[in-house]
Amino acid sequence: MDLGILAWGDTGWGDELARGVLTTVAIASAAYLVGAALGTLLAAMKLSGTPAMNVPAAVYTTTMRGIPEMLVIYLVFFGGGALSSWIASSVLGIHDRVDLPSFAVGVVCIALSVAAYACEVIRGAVLAVPGGQIEAAEAVGMTRSQRNRLVVAPQAFRMALPGMTNVWQFALKDTALVSIIGVTEVMRTASIGSDATKQPFTFYFAALVIFIVIAYLSQRLFVRLQASADRGVRWGS
Amino acid sequence: MQALVATDIRKAFGSLEVLRGVSLRANKGDVIAIIGGSGSGKSTFLRCLNLLEVPDAGSLWLNGITLDFNRSGPAGGTTPKAKAELRRRLGMVFQSFNLWTHMSALDNIIAGPIHVLGQDRKEARAIGLDLLDRVGLADKADAFPAQLSGGQQQRVAIARALAMRPEALLFDEPTSALDPELVGEVLKVIQGLAAEGRTMILVTHEMAFARDVATHVMFFHDGRVEEEGRPDLIFSNPGSERCRSFLKKFL
Ligand SMILES: Nc1ncnc2c1ncn2[C@@H]1O[C@H](COP(=O)(O)OP(=O)(O)O)[C@@H](O)[C@H]1O
Ligand SMILES: [Mg+2]
Repeated sequence: MDLGILAWGDTGWGDELARGVLTTVAIASAAYLVGAALGTLLAAMKLSGTPAMNVPAAVYTTTMRGIPEMLVIYLVFFGGGALSSWIASSVLGIHDRVDLPSFAVGVVCIALSVAAYACEVIRGAVLAVPGGQIEAAEAVGMTRSQRNRLVVAPQAFRMALPGMTNVWQFALKDTALVSIIGVTEVMRTASIGSDATKQPFTFYFAALVIFIVIAYLSQRLFVRLQASADRGVRWGS
Repeated sequence: MQALVATDIRKAFGSLEVLRGVSLRANKGDVIAIIGGSGSGKSTFLRCLNLLEVPDAGSLWLNGITLDFNRSGPAGGTTPKAKAELRRRLGMVFQSFNLWTHMSALDNIIAGPIHVLGQDRKEARAIGLDLLDRVGLADKADAFPAQLSGGQQQRVAIARALAMRPEALLFDEPTSALDPELVGEVLKVIQGLAAEGRTMILVTHEMAFARDVATHVMFFHDGRVEEEGRPDLIFSNPGSERCRSFLKKFL
């Protein structure tokens, strides 16, 4: 194992891998934030109690959690690309092939599945807010939105955090899948490097270390967030 | 002077008739104790008074607003605005305290005044600290509910209700969830409020306390007021056999 090929600059792959890390973290973070927002919306729909809202939300989450992530990526990237080309040629009269931007597609696809998982986590957390505390909010005359903002949301946030930490780990791992549509994140960089140098072990081991480090650092961030959300609420915090 | 009047309140859950026409009239400064067996409808009646349950029929009057549930239409023809106003003007203390666990004691107390009454934070804090002092918890402003004993939590909950400057206070078995040695500290606070002339409706199993503090006692049975009157009369010489045997279990 020659670690020299992982050096920074023209001679090594260190800078390429670092760029891969940035791409991986950027995709995962963007997908996570978009997905969490979408998941909150879906959870609100599911909790609304009106069939027109919760049926579509339930269909969405069940579908998204039931199909492979890879299928979503192929469908959006290749299917979406073909559809766009067809629309371009038949509606707009442009006969060039339309390629969707792979980074954006990657973010969207991972966000779509993050949303489905986040929805369940958030919904569970909202339902776990004690009913008595909600009644206490009503009893002081809070409006529905005040009650949600001041009483439900902060507590649901705290209770959703462990589950949302898991969702983050999924999002992070799922970024490897978008290498198939040509996004040069960590996985694809490692693969290119391995092909070019014929040193697969070095590159995939480096990728492994990179994922562990990202996972470890982000885990620490979530632990901190949890500790601050738990402040005073749980014993020993 | 009348403070709160409930007339012929009825409430059913599915086919279970829990309240079969209950009326209550509280004058300013009255302390009305509601007693009765488990499942007789005491809590449901109290919850109907501030619309945590919406009555199926009957009416409520609170100095200046009337809610009539006999008329048809959503929630018996009452407007959301009237409901919110009624709730704002009545304080509620629950058996299980129901403090907001993510807020300090002081924040629990000032959330309503700031967001519902529109008090500014500084004023609300000053009033809140004053109220904490009144319930004997001046040093617990920054404590979270999980760091307080049940008796302390209930006293914070009372302060939270008082901070809304309610015209009447509703208590639903405020000491039933407490360890016996903590009951006294909460009853003392309630007694102090009675002495100030606050209007209170109190569901309780503390018969000695009800006898000492109440100005009027209502005995519930099976969704009706079986007997009511002055506490000295009810407790020493109940008219109905049911009330007599109920009270025997406590004395
Ligand atoms: N939300 C509800 N749904 C169905 N039944 C209820 C509900 N609330 C209370 N009840 C029933 O109504 C009856 C009276 O309850 P409650 O008013 O709590 O009695 P009490 O406070 O006198 O013990 C009980 O039989 C109880 O099971
Ligand atoms: Mg009860």
